[in-house]
Amino acid sequence: MNGLVMLTAADLSLAALLILALATLSLLMGLGLVRSLVIASLRTVIQLILIGLVLKAVFAHVNPLWIVVIALTMLLVAGREVMARQQRRFQGWWGFGLGATAMFVSTFTITVLVLLVIVQPVPWYTPQYAIPLLGMMFGNTMNGIALGLDQLTQQAWQQRAVIEARLALGQESHQAIAEIRRDSVRTGLIPMINAMATAGLVSLPGMMTGQILAGIDPVKAVNYQILIMFMVTAGTGFGTIAAIVIGARHLFDVRQRLRLERLNSDEYHADREF
Amino acid sequence: MTEYNYQAATPEAEVDSRSDLPGGRNVLAVEGLPVGDLEAVTLSVAGGQCVAIGGTSGSGKTRLLRAIADLDPVPGHIEYRMTLAGRDHLHFSGAEWRRRVAYVAAESQWWFDDVARHFSVTPDAEHYQALGLDISILQRPVSHLSTGERQRLALLRVLVQQPQVLLLDEPTASLDPVAARAVEQVIEDYRQRHQAAVLWVSHDPAQIQRVSQRYLRLDQGRLIEQAARV
Repeated sequence: MNGLVMLTAADLSLAALLILALATLSLLMGLGLVRSLVIASLRTVIQLILIGLVLKAVFAHVNPLWIVVIALTMLLVAGREVMARQQRRFQGWWGFGLGATAMFVSTFTITVLVLLVIVQPVPWYTPQYAIPLLGMMFGNTMNGIALGLDQLTQQAWQQRAVIEARLALGQESHQAIAEIRRDSVRTGLIPMINAMATAGLVSLPGMMTGQILAGIDPVKAVNYQILIMFMVTAGTGFGTIAAIVIGARHLFDVRQRLRLERLNSDEYHADREF
Repeated sequence: MTEYNYQAATPEAEVDSRSDLPGGRNVLAVEGLPVGDLEAVTLSVAGGQCVAIGGTSGSGKTRLLRAIADLDPVPGHIEYRMTLAGRDHLHFSGAEWRRRVAYVAAESQWWFDDVARHFSVTPDAEHYQALGLDISILQRPVSHLSTGERQRLALLRVLVQQPQVLLLDEPTASLDPVAARAVEQVIEDYRQRHQAAVLWVSHDPAQIQRVSQRYLRLDQGRLIEQAARV
């Protein structure tokens, strides 16, 4: 196998010209994306350089404490991201806690299970395996939960008259919101199912591509990619289902009354900076 | 000709939570119920009795019906009581209460395009005929039904579940006079056959006279009993 072709700062600067070209086009077309694009690009550079340095240090000293710190940081940021993507998020602690708790349970359970039972590095928390796996789990589970919860709260808001009409007919709260709950879980899961269905045909998944670029035998890279896709889909599925089921229950009180005042009604932060 | 005499009733006439009235099995009693900005509501309706609720738009009639159906939350520190035949509403789950104390909104809601899927109990052909509907309406998608057809079907959807109390929010608002009279007759028959207690919000004085035995009017946040029918 050939070794990896090393990229220099000059190579990356050339790549940055592509972003500048896109920003120029955005400016000419009045898309209002220049600021977001520039800030996101800068954040990509800074955040990735920092995490590169952090991972280098963590890999050099295998200490479970550092892995816990990194994992919790990922969890907090992902939880905040789930909250920020809700047009009508739950008020108070629920806004952050619901997504973060669902992510915590599904992501950690599945990652630890995969490390202990399938990959079996020694020690099992070897950061070279644990941190990339956790990162991919968080990234995808976060998307699924954010999409699903947004769908749930939006639909409940828009269909409040229907939900209350069903409650007035004597339906239980879980019946009154059954279709909305089902659609919300589907919304959260469909991207992962589509990704699995098109993997290798339309898209070459990022992790596999990275390993191939690093000179790994493609067949070995594929094995890892299959493992990743299965664990990420399971994590996204379980996390999304947990968040939607708990969220749907929290839309009602003990008398099974619809309690939409538990949602914030502020406008969508579509233009929020990252 | 029966007439209403618009005089405020004495407070004693407003408070009656006993279940040993005629039709006691279905007596609805409400004491001190907070409803939005209204003065705490106290009223009772005997089984087999229809009480009309009047008042200007925005006076709180719909909120009153929703509150009795236990659809709106009540601040925890407020003490109030709602009973059905003497049994407190907390004795029932929210869903059980609303199956017995059924609220029919002024605007009907539909969540499947198939009419039949909205019915937990299949109505008989005579039920449709009584409301001026043809049974073939079951074969048509909801999106093809008129507002009036939907309103009558929404009422039928509730009646087949045989609630003990009906909370009707302008059930004939989008109907022509013939259909409106058919609905009045269906509710009258149901009320008598099942000894159901009925609260009927209406803006139509003639209809109030036709369908109700008592008339309560929401005025400046207070529910005032008008004199009983002569």
